[in-house]
Amino acid sequence: MIYFDNVSKIYKDGVKVLKEINFAIDRGEFVSIVGHSGAGKTTLIKILLAEESPTEGKVSFDSLDVHSLPRSGMTQFRQKVGTVFQDFRLLPNKTAYENIAFAMEAAGRTDEEIENDVPTVLEIVDLADKMWSFPHEMSGGEKQRVAIARAIVNQPDVIIADEPTGNLDPINTYEIVQILKKINDGGATVILTTHNKGVIDDLGRRVITMEGGKVLRDDKKGRYVL
Amino acid sequence: MLWTNTKRIVRSGFVHFWRNGVVSLASVLVVTVTLFVIGSLIILQAVLDSSLDNIKNKVDVNIYFNINASEDDILAIGKSLENLPEVSSVEYVTEEEALANFKERHKDDHLTLQALDELDDNPLGASLNVRAKDTSQYESIAKFLDSKNALSQDGGIIIDKINYYQNKTVIDRLTKIIAGAESMGFAVTILMIIISIIITFNTIRLAIFISREEISVMKLVGASNKYVRGPFIVEGVMYGAISSFIAILVFYPVTLWLGDATENFFGGINIFNYYVSNFGQLFLVLFGSGILLGMISSFLAVRKYLKI
Repeated sequence: MIYFDNVSKIYKDGVKVLKEINFAIDRGEFVSIVGHSGAGKTTLIKILLAEESPTEGKVSFDSLDVHSLPRSGMTQFRQKVGTVFQDFRLLPNKTAYENIAFAMEAAGRTDEEIENDVPTVLEIVDLADKMWSFPHEMSGGEKQRVAIARAIVNQPDVIIADEPTGNLDPINTYEIVQILKKINDGGATVILTTHNKGVIDDLGRRVITMEGGKVLRDDKKGRYVL
Repeated sequence: MLWTNTKRIVRSGFVHFWRNGVVSLASVLVVTVTLFVIGSLIILQAVLDSSLDNIKNKVDVNIYFNINASEDDILAIGKSLENLPEVSSVEYVTEEEALANFKERHKDDHLTLQALDELDDNPLGASLNVRAKDTSQYESIAKFLDSKNALSQDGGIIIDKINYYQNKTVIDRLTKIIAGAESMGFAVTILMIIISIIITFNTIRLAIFISREEISVMKLVGASNKYVRGPFIVEGVMYGAISSFIAILVFYPVTLWLGDATENFFGGINIFNYYVSNFGQLFLVLFGSGILLGMISSFLAVRKYLKI
C-alpha cells in the first residue's frame, strides 16, 4: 500500500538525513518506526505526508506517486491519511468539537454527518465531557486524544502517529497506544514513530529500526533494540 | 456544497475574528488609521482645490478704454472675448460704474473726492474685466487684444491700456505657485496612500503570520487551499468594513472641531460642511478601499503559507 523506493533526503546545508530508504507497508499493518532522536524518523513522516519532498527516490501510496500529485489530488490523499503529532497541532482557537468538525468540513461532509460523528468519535477517545473545551483548557493527554479523534473521524485508510506519546506520562501513553491498537483492529493501517521502548516491546508488531538516516533492521515481530 | 462551504467559511472567519480578539483589535486600529489618512487626504485635496480656485478667481485682467470709445465697440470686443475658449467670464463696467467704484474706494480721501468734483466730466473710461479659465491663459488673451480685432469699427485705437502687462510678473508667479501646489498635493496624496497601504498590508501579514501554524495544520488534515484561505479573507473584509465605519464616525467630531479654523485659514470651504454634503461618497470610498485593502492583503499573506 505504501512504498518507499530508494528515498534519500539531503537538506540545503548538505546534511544527508535519509539514505536510500526502501520498505513497503501492507494494508492493515501496525508498523512502528524506532530510532534515536535525529535518526530521520520525523523526516520520513514529513516526506510521506508530502510536507517535504525527497531529494531522490519516490514514495507511492496505492500506486500514486505522492510527490507528483496535483493540488486536488494532494487534498484527497491527505483526507485518506489521518495524522497525529507529538505537539498535537490542534487549532488553538477552536474547541475540541470544532477541531474535529474542521477535518470533516475539509473533506466535504454534510452538517448532519458532522453532528452525528463528532460526538461519537469523542466518545471513542473518552472525551465526551470536553467537547466544548479549547486546547489550552485541556491536559496533554486530552489534547492528544482530540488529535487522534480528528485523525480517525474521516475513517482514513492510514493513521500516521509521529511520536504521539513523546509529551505524555506513562498512563496517558498506555491509553493512546490502546486507542491506536483499537483503530488498527478496525482495519486501518497504523504507522507509529516512537523512541519509547516500553510501547514497542508491549506491542509485539512489526518494527523498523532506523539509525543515521538508514534502515538498520526490519523485524516482523520486533523489539526495541538499539 | 458550494453554499454549505461558503456558509462555513464566513462563519469560520467571524469566529476566528472574534476569538482572536487582541490581534483583530490591533488590525482594525491600524486599518482605521490608514482609512483616516485616505479620508483626510480627500478632504485636504478638496480644501486645496477650493483655496486655489479662490485665488484664481481673484486674478483678472482689466481692459481700460479711451473715454471716447463707443459702447458698441466695447461690447463688440467683449463679445469676441467671450467667444475665446480660454475666457471664463467678461464683465462690462460702464463709465458711471467706474466713477461710482472710484468714489466708493476713496470715500475717506476727501482731497481726491474734492478734486474729482472740480471736474466737469467723468474722467474715467469704461472697462472690461476679463477672467480666464486658467491663470496661464491671460497672456494669450492679452495677445488677442493686441491684434487687429481690438480696433474699433472705423479703425481707431480705443483701448487705453491693459493691466496684464503691469501684473504679468505677479500672474506668472501665481500660475507657477498654483501649478506647484497642485502637483505637490497630488504627489503627497499618492505617497501617503502608498505608505498607508504598506502599513496595512504588513499588519495583516503579521496577523496571519501568527496563524501560520494553523494554516499548515489545516492543509495537513486535508483542507483545500480555497477552504483554508476563505476565512482569512473574510477576516480581512471585516477589518476593512469595521475600520471604515470607525473612520467615517471619527471624521464627524474632527471636522466639526476644525471646520471654522480651516475656513478662516484657507478661505475656502468649511470641511465640516464638505463632510456632511459628501458623506455618502466619502463613506463609499473608505468602505470600498477598506474592504479591498483587507481582502488583497489577506489573500497575499496567506498565499505564502499554503505551499505545503
